[in-house]
Amino acid sequence: MPEQRVVEPEHLILEAPRERKFITGSQAFAEAVKRANVDIAIAYPITPQSETMHLVGDLFAQGYVKDYYRAEEEYGAMSAIAGAVRGGARAFSATSGPGLLRGLEAIVSWPGHRIPVVLGIMTRVVNAPLSIQPDNVEIAYLLHSGLVVLHAENQQDVFDFTLAGFPISEKVDVYLPVVVATEGFFVTHAKGYVELPPEDMKLPPRDPYKAPVPPTDCEIPPARIQRDAPVQKSNFMSYLIHAVWQQEVWSANRRAMKWIYHYLGGPIEVVNPKADVFIVASGCAAAQGREAQRYAEQEGLNVGLIKVKSLRPFPEKEIREALKNAKAVIVPEHNIVGWLAKEVKAVIPNSGIVVDGPRVYGGMTLPVELIMEEIYKALGIKRERTYA
Amino acid sequence: MDKEKLITPGPSGYMPTPGAFMGVELPPPGKALLYGEIVDEETAMREAAKAMLTRRNPTIFPGPLVLWGWNAGAMEKAKAVLELAMEIPNCRIIPMPDYRPKYPKIDPEAEINPNHPNLTILHNKIEACIFVGVHCHYANLSLRMIRAGTNCFTIALCAEMGHEDAMVSLRDVHAEEIRKFKDVLVQVRKELGIEWEPKLPPENPSLPKEDWTKISPLDFGEYAALLMPRKGEVVEESE
Repeated sequence: MPEQRVVEPEHLILEAPRERKFITGSQAFAEAVKRANVDIAIAYPITPQSETMHLVGDLFAQGYVKDYYRAEEEYGAMSAIAGAVRGGARAFSATSGPGLLRGLEAIVSWPGHRIPVVLGIMTRVVNAPLSIQPDNVEIAYLLHSGLVVLHAENQQDVFDFTLAGFPISEKVDVYLPVVVATEGFFVTHAKGYVELPPEDMKLPPRDPYKAPVPPTDCEIPPARIQRDAPVQKSNFMSYLIHAVWQQEVWSANRRAMKWIYHYLGGPIEVVNPKADVFIVASGCAAAQGREAQRYAEQEGLNVGLIKVKSLRPFPEKEIREALKNAKAVIVPEHNIVGWLAKEVKAVIPNSGIVVDGPRVYGGMTLPVELIMEEIYKALGIKRERTYA
Repeated sequence: MDKEKLITPGPSGYMPTPGAFMGVELPPPGKALLYGEIVDEETAMREAAKAMLTRRNPTIFPGPLVLWGWNAGAMEKAKAVLELAMEIPNCRIIPMPDYRPKYPKIDPEAEINPNHPNLTILHNKIEACIFVGVHCHYANLSLRMIRAGTNCFTIALCAEMGHEDAMVSLRDVHAEEIRKFKDVLVQVRKELGIEWEPKLPPENPSLPKEDWTKISPLDFGEYAALLMPRKGEVVEESE
């Protein structure tokens, strides 16, 4: 392990020279953790696991991560993360599909606890029937809990979002968990080119006193209200305090947006902003959408792409502005429920222009041709099917 | 509603809408928030001073970050808060010493608590207040509840990035900035023609007079156990 020097997050994330490597998504997570000055990583391995937490375990062995252990199960892992972070540590964990749901009760309490942490999620569908495939339906469960949720398209995004996730989560006006989701298999197990800053640099250590809540003190809420149930439902802990507490979590979530602009260049990426037809997509679907946009351009069709990097906070204003002249909006997704299409419909005044799909699920791949079919339909072009 | 004044004294209603939901953004360094709008610090300070000088029962609510002597900075900040309080006619200080829900209920003349700050505001008929040294999360909860249910003009002197739900929010405020605010307040006081000789706020009427010669561990209530050695424990040194 090279000796690492502490540099400002802005330098490490935005300015430091980068070198190109060909690595998997799991390696990209680990490369980010390597440079993030992480105090502790806690994991519980379950099928479907990726090698992400194994690689983070290697980082512990090499000295990059100060502490690492395998928890008794997911609920224990995610609760221990909360304890470590409340105790002042910078922490990282990762999980996927069924494991995520097993830890969900603890995870969705993190925002209310004001737990700044980064959690990698490799989407792997939800049982039953049993599957270990890259379907991202579980992201739907994360969108309404106050977490900051970023969705990575590829290995580069995994690295950038994870590294930036630490300073974003620890900003005093945010102080929320940051989830970096990406598609299992498609990104975690596949290799892609990633531009990496030098590994002899790392983020400054976490300062637990730079916080909107005091460091660990079991006498203050929310630790006390957890321990002391009657306090929650009484005149001592009124309904109004819970209401404004929830408001504070979601206010903090909104405040994360300016830091997403600062570290990640904004919550969306727009290709061909003057297009008639837009593909709006996140994660791997954005990669396929990017290909479809390229195909369309080659055919002389005026098609654009909006890649949504941040699902929470959701870029309402940005998407409304980008789609103000759109005639049709195609939302390809890797899940059956269409959570992104619903979000897009909810933020534009003319939701009737949104095409529900194409959607694939159960781990099926998303052929570019499926998106092209919707583009042709939207433009009134009749074509023969081009795939088997 | 006046478009320029998103955040005004309440009561704003049964369920308050957070400033952040209304599009209020925290100010950049060197700027402040006035009624939800980003303005120069001095403009905000003058409006805050006017509120503390002209509204009924001005009160400062110091939080744990200035009440306890964590470090030299906290102690200096506490001194600056007292200096500020001395310049505000008939100002009171009611502390927010911690954030615990209190059994069976708080004494609203003795303290303010983030779980029901409106009780202290309403009981004491406070129409202008300053939050200082309160952790941002708990300040935000309090500021929102106060705006929901009272007509109090709230001022946040924040050591961090500020608060959307205060009528006036200054950021990066430490001892030096508190003294700067005090100077602005004295200037505004003169402009308003208010005569006042600086003096300390009254003692908190609900707290027994402290007599350090007769203090007993029992005075520390539920914390007494922290002070008293356990059986077999020998305390040889203390700070």
